[in-house]
Amino acid sequence: MKARVHVMLKDGVLDPQGEAVRHALGGLGFDGVENVRQGKVIELDLADGTTEDSVREMCEKLLANTVIESYRIEMS
Amino acid sequence: MRAAVVVFPGSNCDRDLAVAFREAGCQVEMVWHKDTSLPEGIDIVGIPGGFSFGDYLRCGAIAANSPICAEVKAHAERGGFVLGICNGFQVLTETGLLPGALLRNAGLKYICRTVPLIVGTSDSVYTSGYEAGQGIDIPIAHHDGNYTASNDMVAQLADEDRIAFRYGDNPNGSTGDIAGILSANRRVLGMMPHPERAADERLGGTDGKAMFASIAGALAAA
Repeated sequence: MKARVHVMLKDGVLDPQGEAVRHALGGLGFDGVENVRQGKVIELDLADGTTEDSVREMCEKLLANTVIESYRIEMS
Repeated sequence: MRAAVVVFPGSNCDRDLAVAFREAGCQVEMVWHKDTSLPEGIDIVGIPGGFSFGDYLRCGAIAANSPICAEVKAHAERGGFVLGICNGFQVLTETGLLPGALLRNAGLKYICRTVPLIVGTSDSVYTSGYEAGQGIDIPIAHHDGNYTASNDMVAQLADEDRIAFRYGDNPNGSTGDIAGILSANRRVLGMMPHPERAADERLGGTDGKAMFASIAGALAAA
């Protein structure tokens, strides 16, 4: 089984990288990009039976820094 | 007085930090990240600058979960002294020993230059050799030094006189120009600038020397 963890900076935390991407898109002529937020996706191959709760614990302990980041888990 | 300097794969200021402690009169031992205990009788632990574990995942995140960091945390919780510089500051926020986090510099660039700092408080073993409000010049060398914390936390740090250093001319977007902060018991200091790189005239500056002298003085007397 797999889990996919999406980690994003929390709303309100300035994302300088996303801002640079937005600026670059504007430079390429893509108008109307009002905001860009850049995050990361972490894919985990898991032993069968691993619970979403244990993935959540991984997020809290290591995969995300919950001071500045939020995360979302997709199990499949 | 005895200091331990932690070495992670990717640390690159560990020996500079050891030299600065030694020059101030400390006995220094290097500690490997896989070690599961600190040497007996250590007064202060130094967490050096560098790029521990290649800054993978987040700066300091992997290091903060290494075996030695559990010991560093226990040392701090017993009231021990911990000094984290640059990547060391990032590690300390990741362990939760200091509040907040360090984001990518607002200008996105890696910045390596000497910058003016303003000493925020002289009330700690680290800053007792300075006057509050004093200006000093200390090098920075970081890509992720943009300090952030909730408004409440920043207000609390200010109220409790825990902002050890502020930037004179904010280089990285840090909230409140914060360059270094103290723990609630004032025994853990994290700072992005590198005092160990300004502790010898041959390195181009000595404004960081007073920090190591005051640490050594205070802990020798203790």
